[in-house]
Amino acid sequence: MIKGLFYILLFYYIGELVSLLIHQFVPGSVIGMILLFLALFFNVLNPENVREASIVITKNMAIFFVPAGVGLMVYSDLFSKSISVILTAIGVSTVLTIITVAVIQEFFEKRKVHKNERNLKP
Amino acid sequence: MEKVRPYVSSEIFLLGLVFGSFLLGVSIYKKTKLSFLQPLLISMVMIIPFLKFTGIDYQTFYHQTHFLNFMLGPSVVALGYVLYEQMEYIRGNVISMLTAVFAGSVVGIVCVVLVGKWMGADKILTASLAPKSVTTPIAMCIAEKSGGIPALAAAFVVICGIFGGLVGPIVLRKIGIKSKVAKGLALGSASHALGTVKAMEMGAIEGAISGLAIGIMGVMTALLIPVAKLLMLF
Repeated sequence: MIKGLFYILLFYYIGELVSLLIHQFVPGSVIGMILLFLALFFNVLNPENVREASIVITKNMAIFFVPAGVGLMVYSDLFSKSISVILTAIGVSTVLTIITVAVIQEFFEKRKVHKNERNLKP
Repeated sequence: MEKVRPYVSSEIFLLGLVFGSFLLGVSIYKKTKLSFLQPLLISMVMIIPFLKFTGIDYQTFYHQTHFLNFMLGPSVVALGYVLYEQMEYIRGNVISMLTAVFAGSVVGIVCVVLVGKWMGADKILTASLAPKSVTTPIAMCIAEKSGGIPALAAAFVVICGIFGGLVGPIVLRKIGIKSKVAKGLALGSASHALGTVKAMEMGAIEGAISGLAIGIMGVMTALLIPVAKLLMLF
């Protein structure tokens, strides 16, 4: 667990450094995630080292949002003033994003299956 | 209240309050099986009135519970492992996933901008709304760079996450999506970690793909919002 947390923090730190180099165009945590994935993929890091810590952290991710979520109380005025815009924008945009992503991904998968079926025939 | 405040504004008490209310949220969620009773929402609904009642300001609360907020970063990094574990489902899906999430990101941003224009939202509000589909640390960065308010962006991320976790599975069922990869990808792209929580309930593959989608969506949106800004969309 301690070892896992150490490696996660290490990759997070490297990610932050890279992020600074590219003027934080992409956040350090995302770069850290990509680097950790690449290190595991290219056998630079033994997956056993980070397994336990990674599973514990990601399974309980929702609780980490509580401090940010409670921040809503500060903006309650602006919130109640523009509540209709906020909810409409989030609602419409979220539903359309879900539909777009799911439909395109499934379309690609179906096409692949069709291709494979065609290739099987002599 | 003045006398009580020092006892209830300590790090131990407030962190305990977050864990306690969240635990209660988890048991309510499990008992009722109502998907809108997310542990996060229950926790917020209990904590906000408590802070208002005891007169503890948000800065104090945020400072004392900062440890949890900090963990958002490592949890994004840890998704790299979850991703690695599900490698076999990613192989051969790379191009379709990138295309799907890219399209999703464009649709998401354009929708926010159009609804904002149509309903007369100001630029600050639109800029804070635009990164709502990505995970908090990324969204706060993006909002700051594009002229929004980071804390507001964080709140929108949470609303979007709760909404997507709630409505996402219903939408996917209604449009008849069968593929586990497509389900996970859609939930993670639209509703980041909270979509992933829902995806993990569906299964390991959905969960892992959803975790991957958080990363791709984060990078795509971080790249697309400066472009949208250049095109003077907001």
